Amino acid sequence: MKIIQAIEVVDLIGDGSTIMIGGFLGCGSPDGIIDELISNRKKAFTIITNDTAFPDKGVGKLIVARGAKKVIASHIGTNPETQRQMIEKEIEVELVPQGTLVEKIRAGGIGLGGILTPTGVGTTVENAKQKITVDGKDYLLELPLRADFALIKAKRADYYGNLQFALTARNFNPIMALAADKVIVEVEEIVPVGSISPDDVHLSGVFVDYVIVGGRK
Amino acid sequence: MMKPKELIARRIALELKNGELVNLGIGIPTLVANYIPNGVQVFFQSENGIIGMGPLPKAGMENPDLTNASGLYVTSLPGAAIFDSAISFGIIRGGHLDVTVLGGLQVDEHGLLANWMIPGKKVPGMGGAMDLVTGAKKVMVAMTHTAKGRSKIVKKCNLPLTSIRSVDLIVTDLAVIKPTKEGLILKEIAPGISVEYVIQQTDAHLIIPEKVPEMSLN
Repeated sequence: MKIIQAIEVVDLIGDGSTIMIGGFLGCGSPDGIIDELISNRKKAFTIITNDTAFPDKGVGKLIVARGAKKVIASHIGTNPETQRQMIEKEIEVELVPQGTLVEKIRAGGIGLGGILTPTGVGTTVENAKQKITVDGKDYLLELPLRADFALIKAKRADYYGNLQFALTARNFNPIMALAADKVIVEVEEIVPVGSISPDDVHLSGVFVDYVIVGGRK
Repeated sequence: MMKPKELIARRIALELKNGELVNLGIGIPTLVANYIPNGVQVFFQSENGIIGMGPLPKAGMENPDLTNASGLYVTSLPGAAIFDSAISFGIIRGGHLDVTVLGGLQVDEHGLLANWMIPGKKVPGMGGAMDLVTGAKKVMVAMTHTAKGRSKIVKKCNLPLTSIRSVDLIVTDLAVIKPTKEGLILKEIAPGISVEYVIQQTDAHLIIPEKVPEMSLN
């Protein structure tokens, strides 16, 4: 694990990268990292995220700043700008049921070749996906998702990169940290090794590449 | 006179039983939490990762790390539990959630629900709705009976379906309707509404029992 400044993500993350961004309607999103990407006009990202939040919050700001080429998300209804860009064909949007999205990401991170879910069977989500019947029940084969970078938010890290999340700011963050080549975590504080008790480590530092201290305490 | 949305929420609240784990969707369903009957304790799950969600905080007491699935600040009650999105949807899909209450755009004669997009007009996305309808033990739809003068209860949904699983109960501002294998049964009517009026406002076949009581409200 390496501690870096927020500005350094600008060199790490190239235009056009596939990035996962944690957060749920802006709660638990790495706002400091997002702000650096915006102010340095990074663009053409494929963004994998639960939702595109609000125009002035979280990943929503990156959409408004035209940082996206494609969005893979479960919900874009709270950000009119995402819908506008989609309708004008400025960006491509792939909608995935939320429970399926998180499992696709998890599968990508834990070495599974896909998951079988009943969600979406018989709906437009089915599309051209392979349907598999197990014990008489139909499931869709949903394939793993991975990214070049996962940009996540945690409450605190220790110097090994062990993470602790806070309340519902946890959401997609620990799952996305499993499924990217490089994981960049924004935290509110870094604490000495050993000060987070082993039982209270929500995600092992083994998944973490970079830590940035930013945001509120 | 009671507002239609309040009436729907009050009637839905009567369906909730002590100890149940309940997920409320955006819109009218959110109001249900205000009308839980005395003596009934339910646990609210929110798909962003909490069981034991409490009421909205007082001004100035918001915790930026504690929100509901609408992105609004909430509180947590003693005994609350936090989990990540994979566990949250494991609860939903895995049959651990007793009840979900969702809004609807259309419900048809087979009890099938469409509630996530209007092609060419509005594409918010399904969020957690498809998983909720697929996995919850009981699915209740809380919606106004009509929108812009058109019945939201239809012969066959022409909007994209949320799931191929039939919902268990529909509560509108006019009626309580139960989808069954035989079709939609009119179970109750709203105060001051006649059976004939419900039939006239419904663009689907309703099975009318001999007696259709007025809905009780909490």
